[in-house]
Amino acid sequence: MSAAAPAKSGFFDCRDSFAATIEALAEADPRIVTVVSDSVGSSKLNGFRTKFPDRMVNVGIAEQTLVAVGAGLANGGKVPFVSAASCFITGRALEQVKADIAYSNVNVKLIGQSSGVAYGELGPTHHSIEDLAWLRLFNNLTLIVPADPWQTEQAVRAAAAMDGPVFVRVSRMPVPALERSNPVFEIGKAEILAEGDDAAIIANGTMVHRAIAAAKALAGEGIGVRVINMATVNPLDEAAILAAADTGAIVTVEEHSVRGGLGGAVAEVVTAHEPVPMRIMGFPGFVPTGSAEWLMEHFGLTAAGIADAVRQTVARKR
Amino acid sequence: MSLPAHMLQNDVLSLIRSKALWIRRRSFQMVYEAQQGHPGGDFSAADILATLYFGVLRYDPKRPNDPTRDRFVMSKGHCTGAFYSVLAAAGYFPEADLKSYMEPLSKLNGHPNRNYLPGIETNTGPLGHGLPVATGIAIAGQIDGNDSRTFVLTGDGELQEGSNWEAALTAGHRKLENLTLIIDRNRLQQGARTEDTASLDPLDDKWRAFGWHVEMVDGHDYAQLLGLLSASPKGRGKPLCVIANTFKGKGVSFMHDNVAWHHGVPNKEQFEQAMAELV
Repeated sequence: MSAAAPAKSGFFDCRDSFAATIEALAEADPRIVTVVSDSVGSSKLNGFRTKFPDRMVNVGIAEQTLVAVGAGLANGGKVPFVSAASCFITGRALEQVKADIAYSNVNVKLIGQSSGVAYGELGPTHHSIEDLAWLRLFNNLTLIVPADPWQTEQAVRAAAAMDGPVFVRVSRMPVPALERSNPVFEIGKAEILAEGDDAAIIANGTMVHRAIAAAKALAGEGIGVRVINMATVNPLDEAAILAAADTGAIVTVEEHSVRGGLGGAVAEVVTAHEPVPMRIMGFPGFVPTGSAEWLMEHFGLTAAGIADAVRQTVARKR
Repeated sequence: MSLPAHMLQNDVLSLIRSKALWIRRRSFQMVYEAQQGHPGGDFSAADILATLYFGVLRYDPKRPNDPTRDRFVMSKGHCTGAFYSVLAAAGYFPEADLKSYMEPLSKLNGHPNRNYLPGIETNTGPLGHGLPVATGIAIAGQIDGNDSRTFVLTGDGELQEGSNWEAALTAGHRKLENLTLIIDRNRLQQGARTEDTASLDPLDDKWRAFGWHVEMVDGHDYAQLLGLLSASPKGRGKPLCVIANTFKGKGVSFMHDNVAWHHGVPNKEQFEQAMAELV
């Protein structure tokens, strides 16, 4: 798993933050259990299993039952964190997520691990660049895509604290800890990480630090770019999007398909209220063989590629 | 002063018999008025539901979320005629609410929704969802070591869904003795006989191979059902699978074992004839 290894010092695997947080939460709340589908190691839950062996339910390689058992545990008074590779917990069990979790409106927390193209060379069967598009259709399912270790912890804590279904999309791609002047996490509230009035980049997950780097480069050219970390995809911070539209140019960036994800969600708001030139950055569909980093380079999901997209979108401003 | 056990048993059986008749009559009226529904499956399941709610389950309709309650999961969620009728009979909501079955904005959707009505544990409708969710409920009870029991009723054609067999593995592996699956084995699915579509037999051997204890009963025999379902599961060390041999359309001559009544709806003459037979 070349993509999983920390690339350099100062970079983190957000799964570690998930694992540490769920262990801490479980210490304090006996209702918390984990549910896995032979996905203990890939969810970094070996520590949890050692500490709470009776509070981990491993259903084997059976994602439909994985998700359904989560719904049943919630019925029995537990707060289940159901964790598996994002591609399988969503696609393989989509009807269970729909009927048993979202439509039934139960207190289950779904953790989609190693999302996006983290499994690089393993190919599109193991990529999860469709998950947000699928899940965004379930209006009462809270969707969170944290951008770094701190925000992953906050997302997991917020998921545990709220009563209702949540999906947290966790990456194994190495990301830096973001610098924040005001570290506050609130579900449904976007985070402004750079100010600017010439254009706005709306990003989440692994793309946020790249967006910040793009904004820094553009600042040197005299283009002021607002960087918005839209960690919550549902419910969406519409006020932040409409404020972004006031800049007159929006670029969205996500480790997801360009169809139906964060970009689609932003476009729905912008077109309904305040149409401005937009560019949606992500993957076009099934991608060719390559490492995660190579795929991001190839599809322009780099600081340089994002900066180019911003310049082009600013040039389209009315 | 308490009555001798056999007299109590006879009282319970008499109550179950009267409730089962009421469920058939009331659900058929619902289907007739809505001109929609699944009356064949309502009738094959009516005796099982009446036995559960009036002889087996521990519940208080005024406290539907009591954590110590027994759970019943209606996996064959299309048979809401019978399910809503038994819930009303059990006191979860007024019988008058049954009149709104499938009307616009009714809480009585064609398939059950736990957020609309008390007494519904999980939203079903797509097949193969009930047993996996019930397995999760039973695991919660196993973790807590409480004596709450979980029952789930599936159709037989429904067992063609692979999700059931995932859950069968998990429940067998975890030796969930607090879990009871009842299969409404009427041998008819929507379009044909199960054995002419994707055969299930030998069904008992399949469940035994997955680590379950299996019992076969006449699903219209109240005494058999009551004895089996009300027996304590303590010490069994396995989940229980009850294969209840039933007939689709049981109770009405022209519907009996007739696949056309899977989701057939009666005209006025058929409705009146059925009501004349259901006495």
